Amino acid sequence: MVRFINLTLAGITSGAVFAAVALALVLIWRATRVVNFAQGAMLMITTFIAWSVIDAGGSYWLALGAALASGLVLGAVVERVVVRPVENKPHLNAVIVTLGLFVVLQAAAGMIWGDTPHSYPPAFTIRGLSVAGTWLLLSPFDLFVIGAVAAVMVALTLLFVRTDLGLKLRAAAFAPEIARLQGVRVGRMLTLGWALAALVGSLAGVLVAPSVFVGPTQFDAMLVFGFTAAVIGGLDSPAGAVVGGLLLGCALSYVSGYVSSDLVTMGALAALITVLMVRPNGLFAASGGRRV
Amino acid sequence: MTKALLEVRGLDVDYGAVRALRGVDLSVERGSVTAVLGANGAGKTTLLRALSGLLRPASGTIELDGRDLTRAAVERIVRLGVAHVPQSGGVITELTVAENLRLGGLWRGDRAALARRIDEMYALFPPLAERRSLPAATLSGGERQMLALARALTGSPRLLLVDEPSLGLAPRVVARLMAVLRRLCDEDGRTVLLVEQNARSALSIADRAIVLDLGAVVAAEPAATIAADDRLRHAYLGF
Amino acid sequence: MSIDSRALFRLTLVRHTCGAVAAIAVLYVLTTTAGPYRDLQIAQAAYLTCAVAGLTVLTGLGGQISLGHGAFMAVGAYTAALLIIHQGWPLAAVLAAATGATALTGAVVGAVAARLEGPYLAGATLAFAIGLPGLANYEPLIDLLGGQNGLAVPPPVPPAGLGAAFPLERWQAWIACLGAVLTLFLLANLTRGRFGRTLRAGRDDEIAAALAGLRVARLRIVATVVSAACAGLAGGLLALVATLAAPGAFPLALSLQLIAAIIIGGLGSLAGAVWGALILVFVPTWASDAASTSGLSHNIASNLPLAIYGLVLIAVTLAFPRGLQGGLRDLGGALRRRLPPPRLPTNPPGGADEATTDDAGARPDDRGGAGGRGERVRR
Repeated sequence: MVRFINLTLAGITSGAVFAAVALALVLIWRATRVVNFAQGAMLMITTFIAWSVIDAGGSYWLALGAALASGLVLGAVVERVVVRPVENKPHLNAVIVTLGLFVVLQAAAGMIWGDTPHSYPPAFTIRGLSVAGTWLLLSPFDLFVIGAVAAVMVALTLLFVRTDLGLKLRAAAFAPEIARLQGVRVGRMLTLGWALAALVGSLAGVLVAPSVFVGPTQFDAMLVFGFTAAVIGGLDSPAGAVVGGLLLGCALSYVSGYVSSDLVTMGALAALITVLMVRPNGLFAASGGRRV
Repeated sequence: MTKALLEVRGLDVDYGAVRALRGVDLSVERGSVTAVLGANGAGKTTLLRALSGLLRPASGTIELDGRDLTRAAVERIVRLGVAHVPQSGGVITELTVAENLRLGGLWRGDRAALARRIDEMYALFPPLAERRSLPAATLSGGERQMLALARALTGSPRLLLVDEPSLGLAPRVVARLMAVLRRLCDEDGRTVLLVEQNARSALSIADRAIVLDLGAVVAAEPAATIAADDRLRHAYLGF
Repeated sequence: MSIDSRALFRLTLVRHTCGAVAAIAVLYVLTTTAGPYRDLQIAQAAYLTCAVAGLTVLTGLGGQISLGHGAFMAVGAYTAALLIIHQGWPLAAVLAAATGATALTGAVVGAVAARLEGPYLAGATLAFAIGLPGLANYEPLIDLLGGQNGLAVPPPVPPAGLGAAFPLERWQAWIACLGAVLTLFLLANLTRGRFGRTLRAGRDDEIAAALAGLRVARLRIVATVVSAACAGLAGGLLALVATLAAPGAFPLALSLQLIAAIIIGGLGSLAGAVWGALILVFVPTWASDAASTSGLSHNIASNLPLAIYGLVLIAVTLAFPRGLQGGLRDLGGALRRRLPPPRLPTNPPGGADEATTDDAGARPDDRGGAGGRGERVRR
């Protein structure tokens, strides 16, 4: 029983990170109908930037700030330069362009920082807490991870629901042409949407870095986990992305704990396939049906 | 102030490989209702989309109050006081009624004035007030049309472009909407360009009307003249 | 089948046979005059040709993207390695089994993939590419698959009839080239015929094809099986040439390189597949040469090819916004002929303003765009 509880706790922690990556994918999908296959590489770059800050003697928090800021900028630049021309074009174009970006960013990281992974410090100790004499798979750093992701979710929700900017962002995502007729500068909103998404992704990168290390290919699996979580949530729903992330985190934690940690990615694949077979548009998607 | 608010000269618009409008001339007087009539596919909607900047004209000019809008971006045209109510309203169903309304006036950047305008809209369209915090998806067709109109009005536009507001609505609802449009001109001094296939309703409130056929203007007369012209009515307006 | 089409079929078959014989002759001359290092490169290009050709049939003709072809190659490579090590089967049987086992895997993947499209398909195959090599580290399979270090494959022994001094690399090149020529020959005949036509029909308009009585889903499964079989053969050949089957040989980057190769070669063109595979082998060589002469660091040199592939993927897609299918074939052809690309109407960057008008003039095979934002507005 303790083992089950521990695996669940570990699952919630990793699920929080998956949820953040999923949210980054969902924000972009909702706004531009593009699955950002470069998301893993983008958060890899911003985590490397944070690593460089620490390597140069900066504090953990300065590094985190650098990652978030560079995520914001990278997201905006990517949307403007690479993605804008393929919006409203065949899906294959967007897939290929984001894959191309994936490859370019991975190569660039290898050129700048080398191919060998580096360790990344956690913000707090990763020693598990002890409750009534039982060690739990939940450390102060895990609590920080969960808290940081939750804080970002709340902040984003407030931004989207409570502010004028959020209203414009949602309008631009739901109905770009109508939004333009209300004077919303849709192009700017899409850029901002990408920037926000990349910011959330960069947070996930820094949070997961202590356990996966920082290297050009270390975050590839995060893309798969984030995509799977997003698809479980319906790819269109930010709340669904969070639920999907937590579900996937727990499921993979059980796979890792009861079967083998080497089968975690296969487990994600199995979850993805199962969901897509049952509901080709995701578990929580409004049933819009396949377009024909 | 003798010049018309909207002057369109020799407008050609292509839709894909098809020329949808050819040489359209149109002038809309301040404070009037001008109807654009014609059969399905005559180019009425294309004309409105070109006026609000959604389509780029191939040639010709569009002037609002002497200012050239021919190649202006949608966002700029909105900021010059042109509001476009698209066909079947174009309310954003995922947003609430109140959010839809707010969206229409956000560009003015004056929160207090916007709140006032929204209250006025609730007074003008009571059904919207009752459902202000519900998603627009829950509204009926007539209510959506009201919401779309109200949303356009929260931006206090000088020129209101309305595309087929009667589409799919019950005659009683249509009559109410038409009365509202007329009042907007008479009482608030707004200018309305009304695209309609339902020529009878449109002519009942319009000052002037133009008739489009296959993308070209075949008549531009006072509304009463057109309503009295049997040949025109039978050939193009179907009543 | 009418007399005419029979005659045509024979003609095509004859033409393809002549092409295959000519290719074998050229390759014979090439491999016998080149040194061991070049022979090895030719062998690499040959097995990559199999994989790229298979992928270009699936993506270029079938319109289905697969980011999982590196994983298919892994299936082929491990099958070959296991059969050589434990069973000692003859070469041809080993390669046939590698092809068959991967085709079987392809049938499973294809049955799933046929129901998916666009980004969902890309995401699922991506998960496949990243997840499958992890199986080698799975505890109960480590003894069988050799874990992270993989399986060392004994190099194929050249037949005694070729002489005792016959270089191993040349023998490896011969095997790989034979595999590549055979693959291209079979694919060329397959895609020229009914299969290719129906595949294209299913890609260009799924609904119309279904209405015309084509079973689009089954067609896609068959295309995936064929494509996977090619990748399996490629993997088997890789095991023989690299004398190793290890997870490190099949990273996600391999799958992405195969995508880059089909796009550089012109989607759907078998000749382009050869060019794409050649580029995959010779760009890294060129990069490391350039690095050693101009004093680039190891990090830059080893990542340069990847950067080039990525930039090409982006540039090509941005240059042909109307759709990859036609445009890329044109560009692929143009690159091969070293002519400037044909003038096509292109969209200026940042052209969100023009998006609405562009959609109206989009060509019918731009159907993927229908799911874009334009549709959401019109509801």
